[in-house]
Amino acid sequence: MATVWIPSPYRDLAGGAQTVVVPGATVRQVTRNLDAAHPGFWERLVDDERDRIRAGVTVVINGISVGYALYEPVGENDEVHYLPAIAGGATQPYGSGIQ
Amino acid sequence: MTTVEERNYKVIGTRPIRHDGADKVTGRAIYGIDFHLTGELWGKILRSPHAHANIVRIDTSKAEALPGVRAVITGRDLPVAADMEIDDGETSLNTMHLSNNVMAHRKALYRGHAVAAVAADNQHIAEDALALIEVEYEVLPPVLIGRDAMKPDAPLLHPEQTTKTMAYRFDPGTDTGDKSNVAGRTEMRLGDVDEGFKNADVIVEREFTTNWVHQGYIEAQNATVLWNNDDSIQVWNSSQGTFNQRQLMAEILKHPVSKIRITPQEIGGGFGGKIPVYLEVPAAVLSKKSGRPVKMMMTRAEVFEGTGPASGSQMVCKMGATRDGKITAAYAELVFEAGAFPGSAVGAGAQGMFTTYNIENVLIHAYDVVVNKPKSAAYRSPGTPQTCYAAESVVDELAKKLGIDPLEFRIKNAAREGDRRADGVQHPIMGNTECMEALKATDHYKSDLGGPNRGRGVASGYWGNAGMPASCAVSINPDGTVSLAEGSPDIGGSRVSLAMMTAESFGIPAEDVIPSIKDTDSIGYNGLTAGSSTTLRNGVAIAQVAKQAVDLMRARAARLWETDVDNVDFADGVFFSKAESELKLTFKEMAGKLMETGGPISTAASVAPRGAGPSFSTHMVDVEVDPETGKVEVLKYTAAQDVGVAIHPSYVEGQVQGGAAQGIGWALNEEYFYDGDGRMVNSSYLDYRMPTSLDLPDIDAILVQVPNPDHPFGVRGVAEISIVPPLGALANAIEAAVGVRMQELPMAPHKIVKALWDKESESNGAG
Repeated sequence: MATVWIPSPYRDLAGGAQTVVVPGATVRQVTRNLDAAHPGFWERLVDDERDRIRAGVTVVINGISVGYALYEPVGENDEVHYLPAIAGGATQPYGSGIQ
Repeated sequence: MTTVEERNYKVIGTRPIRHDGADKVTGRAIYGIDFHLTGELWGKILRSPHAHANIVRIDTSKAEALPGVRAVITGRDLPVAADMEIDDGETSLNTMHLSNNVMAHRKALYRGHAVAAVAADNQHIAEDALALIEVEYEVLPPVLIGRDAMKPDAPLLHPEQTTKTMAYRFDPGTDTGDKSNVAGRTEMRLGDVDEGFKNADVIVEREFTTNWVHQGYIEAQNATVLWNNDDSIQVWNSSQGTFNQRQLMAEILKHPVSKIRITPQEIGGGFGGKIPVYLEVPAAVLSKKSGRPVKMMMTRAEVFEGTGPASGSQMVCKMGATRDGKITAAYAELVFEAGAFPGSAVGAGAQGMFTTYNIENVLIHAYDVVVNKPKSAAYRSPGTPQTCYAAESVVDELAKKLGIDPLEFRIKNAAREGDRRADGVQHPIMGNTECMEALKATDHYKSDLGGPNRGRGVASGYWGNAGMPASCAVSINPDGTVSLAEGSPDIGGSRVSLAMMTAESFGIPAEDVIPSIKDTDSIGYNGLTAGSSTTLRNGVAIAQVAKQAVDLMRARAARLWETDVDNVDFADGVFFSKAESELKLTFKEMAGKLMETGGPISTAASVAPRGAGPSFSTHMVDVEVDPETGKVEVLKYTAAQDVGVAIHPSYVEGQVQGGAAQGIGWALNEEYFYDGDGRMVNSSYLDYRMPTSLDLPDIDAILVQVPNPDHPFGVRGVAEISIVPPLGALANAIEAAVGVRMQELPMAPHKIVKALWDKESESNGAG
């Protein structure tokens, strides 16, 4: 199961925990299971309308940023972070839905 | 510790002449203002003279009646924007704010806010027409400082805005329901900061203030736009990302991205400031209304007052350490002024603030606050120069109290591979301590200061860098050259760095690669030229297209040699038979045989790289302070930076030196001066004091090369980090020189003199 680091503003949703252990083979599954165990995370992390991680959030797996990859694979012992997408000139507008 | 494969490059690491060099130095390069269309009109913007005002009425009738005027628009001519989240590089807006920023709708929220626009036969008529537009304002009291804007009785910029506690810029967060100028607040917490301070023997707490500064690019924003009869929109402009701007225009204009084509012109600097759209939208609407192409270009005053500078900030920083020099805890409260709309770089500033060090207990509270100033934008490592100025000042003071050399103190506490940042992420392989050790080994570090009122300061910094998608294509030419098509505007020499990685892949000279930057219809999606990402992400795409092309050429060689493709290999620019050693063809020879072996070869790839690889840097500066005038002379400057693999060392050194120069300006001179009514009173380069070559010493750049293991060429971003350490390094050098801790930027002469007087008064009083 993956170890998910909880952003500190939302640790109250997880009973104050800094990390929780969650099953799931993709970021989507991990996020779903995180929300099932601790309701409130899905709406904060996922833009349902566009079926993607919210603009402004970047997912980091084992220290490597995987951007907005909701469908990114997650390994059995991976460490997952949801961070502000604040890298340098850097987050992308390509999730806004207009094509 | 992770190991990185050593590679012997033939092209990477050399210093060829840049491909666009001749055009640039002979004045033949085509910038936006050089581009013209038949029937082109000139557009001009009418801007609010007030920092905060309701727009009661706009009467454009007299302007419309002026001969030569072809169209006049106001905010009413823009579609009603959705209240929808959208990223805009490292800072952010929602669509409604973005639309309101390019053209005010009901309120003018800063002096310089666009309220109307005109297209006319020439600039002079357009300017005359602006004077004929009647705007009735209800002037409101402005609020200019973040701390003031947070007070319960502060004038509200957006009366319906409530404060949200959020972890990310756009998450719905927890709405407090409090109507406030505080658009958002967040925190980062690692360990137990109270326990950390209990374990400290020495604690230092200081408050810091930084003022607004501009990126200071030379070329002003400009755009030429044609809204065609078929509702396709063509744009020729200067930006840091054509695809990003296409998206932003699509959002504001409610127009399909497929109907917008942006062709990048040369760009005369950006540093983050040319990520947002400004003129492109009104020019498009004016073009639609007039049926003619419309060109617009800002004046320097418009650039200062109407585009996005870096936020001012008010910060508290507290750190504690044990007697033996181990930092036990760090706390910060960060108030960033976002400008007229939410979305400062306070989150990035928080993330980078203490990241240079391995600190087990960290707590950062961060506030994004709207004030009556232009919407802030990115500026080279956005948010982090401010926060690292505070952190590095306190780190230095801790070292001094403990009697430890400031560089040794940093080395002792430096973050290393596997340590956790404040947000919990473990550091990958990186060259943080290597930079510090490199500085320690310099003659500069070992040298004497050589006179009174001189001081030496050091400071370190972190920047995370970015990946972002990229698309490239190569075509093999019959003469053995390679045409490289890419889509990233070239601000800092990316044409040559991309060409060099291409050349390395094919085993040919860099001069045999012909790079060109395509428009949004002619190449796949490309992210911004920002986040120090251009060479990194395009390098990943180039590795792919080159492999595809080489594999196709191997098959052609196999056909020539009547053997299986598996018997053909490629190395050092030569195709050869593994079975018969006399069968070999150089890349150039093979390129000449493509037509007879199956036709031309071109390949393309789109990638979304990961593993950008963080940047670390430590700077050292010597200054002399004139205690009579407060003037600071920068005597000697050395910057050590982990650059991964330096593709073109000259341009990497240029990035290091350029960032240091901008940081010196930010530290010592640059600031927006506002009067009490919110008017910027120094909106020209005569009065906005940027450093010139006469103000700066030679800046010695030490390239520490710790290759990024997640990149095919070991690249990590190099462009932004270099502006992070100078602010703290200068503050520490001034303190070392004359014994005053400067807690406000810029550290201008009058402030230093006052600090010296205050110090003298205190010592006289104490005595």
